[in-house]
Amino acid sequence: MNKILKKVISVLAASSLFAAPMQAAITVKGSDTMVIMAQRWAELYMSENTSAKIQVTGGGSGTGISALINGTTDICNASRPIKPTEREKLKERYGTLGVEIKVARDGLAVYVHESSPIQELTLAQIKDIYTGKISNWKQVGGPDEKIIVYGRENNSGTYVYFKDFVLKGEDYMAGMLSMPGTAAVVNAVSKDAKAIGYGGAAYAKGIRLIKVKKDEKSQGYEPTAENVKAGKYPITRFLYLYVKNRPTGELKQFIDWILSDKGQSIVTKVGYFPIR
Amino acid sequence: MDKKLLLKKKFRPGEWFAERMVSLTAYISLTFIALIFIFVFREAVPLFKDRSHEVAAFKAAPLEEMETYGSEMVEGDAGVLENPSTEDKHALHVSKASDLLAKDWQPISDQPKYGLWPLFAGSFKVTLIAILLAAPIAILAALYTHTFAPKWCKELMKPTIEILSGFPSVVIGFFALTVLATAIQSLFGFEYRLNAFVGGVAMSLAVIPIIFTISEDALTAVPKSLSEASLALGAKKWETSLFVILPAAIPGVFAAVLLGFGRAFGETMIVLMATGNAALMSFDFSEPVRTLSATIGAEMAEVVFGDFHYNVLFAIGILLFIISFSLNLFAEFFVRQKLMKKFRGN
Repeated sequence: MNKILKKVISVLAASSLFAAPMQAAITVKGSDTMVIMAQRWAELYMSENTSAKIQVTGGGSGTGISALINGTTDICNASRPIKPTEREKLKERYGTLGVEIKVARDGLAVYVHESSPIQELTLAQIKDIYTGKISNWKQVGGPDEKIIVYGRENNSGTYVYFKDFVLKGEDYMAGMLSMPGTAAVVNAVSKDAKAIGYGGAAYAKGIRLIKVKKDEKSQGYEPTAENVKAGKYPITRFLYLYVKNRPTGELKQFIDWILSDKGQSIVTKVGYFPIR
Repeated sequence: MDKKLLLKKKFRPGEWFAERMVSLTAYISLTFIALIFIFVFREAVPLFKDRSHEVAAFKAAPLEEMETYGSEMVEGDAGVLENPSTEDKHALHVSKASDLLAKDWQPISDQPKYGLWPLFAGSFKVTLIAILLAAPIAILAALYTHTFAPKWCKELMKPTIEILSGFPSVVIGFFALTVLATAIQSLFGFEYRLNAFVGGVAMSLAVIPIIFTISEDALTAVPKSLSEASLALGAKKWETSLFVILPAAIPGVFAAVLLGFGRAFGETMIVLMATGNAALMSFDFSEPVRTLSATIGAEMAEVVFGDFHYNVLFAIGILLFIISFSLNLFAEFFVRQKLMKKFRGN
């Protein structure tokens, strides 16, 4: 009995020794917005290339970039551009400034409760609502009610993107309710007739997506596939991958595959928009 | 035979070993607490470091253009918003420890603001509401189970309430977020669906079992002679319990409330989910709040390691530690030991 056990253990140990160096897994970490898309990429890619091994985890754009800096991930997913300070840290550690790869487009939607009479808002109005300069729906053509402003927690890439690009770097109002995740924002807005929120283009019960106008004179558009692709929807962002050096070998193969038609078809399937 | 030899303790290796193991585990847990404290403290200390030279170095070395890969595959970036500022103003701002005394909490900003006052106000507001709701309910419930309840009811009541304390706080938080918030809004007509009051009510669910259990123990510890004397003098049962037993147990009950306060102050998940997390500096309990603990819970995962923001979060951790530690110490030593002696006279 003991002998058999010993044999089994030795066989197991040997096989794991041999299996390990055969392929090092590619690790992907970062944005929660992109985690489902990255997992689909990994699954399909691994089913096509059986020797490849890819591990995907979320955690947020900042977490992913920190992991890239600390050397614990090969690829970082980010829903916002990398910051100069973060590139500075990368340079300190590795002497490289990192490489940016645009892999998808995303239209950031603004939601209101389904019963709200508000149909469209300009970028400037959205900015004023989120910075607290507009606090009543009356000021944008709605009923005489206070605006209940929902946003994301400050650890999210979406929070930072919205602040940098829509609020032009200004601070959010102190009274904004911060929610952990797009789903929580959608849920909160669907239960509150006076609410406004932002997040990925989700279509859920109880909310309605606002048509966004670039300025007073232009037409308002909803974040549909055509509008985002044609560049008509004004709150469009890129989703990125970041790597330390110009990709080579297996890493290059995987990234090229993501940029190929096959990889881009997954982007559409999970609800984002392809790069071309 | 020599009597001395008989009384001499025989050395038993097994016993000696067992004794040492038990004391070792006790010391290990003590060491862990000390190490946690040292670690948290070490991460918070760089708060007082002068950061101006870091910023100067960052200014002096402008970075080259970002290298891209596969950009030829991207077709047009029409409609993608331009970043209005290419320089990282956040990184150019020098933060100091005195920033913690400001009145705003906006850590992700061109002018980061790390004022802890709104977070303190938030924590106190939610805790106060929770204690004001939980303490009377829990103490009266303890009084009832101690004096009035029949035996079967007592045996049912105590474990049931204690099960509440084993309830995962994330479940209470979720319940508050989805059910309680809507119910309270339609009941009181608050403007904000998620607010300090909802958080406080949900938190009281977590605090009731603590106050109940400790108060019940305190009531049980009151000598039987007191209540017997009172009943013998003709006092009714409710008079005895309210005017004799409860006053005698007051130190223990007070300690229970303090411990409940400590628990509520440090509780994270419930407030993170139910209070709306807006760092407002107000004392209106129908407005959303952001508490100290929820701030750590929400922001720790994403913060850049070694950043000022990172140190501030650890400093908040130390504050929470000190507050709950001193509350527990006060409850244990002062209230339980000293007052108990004074009241009982022994």
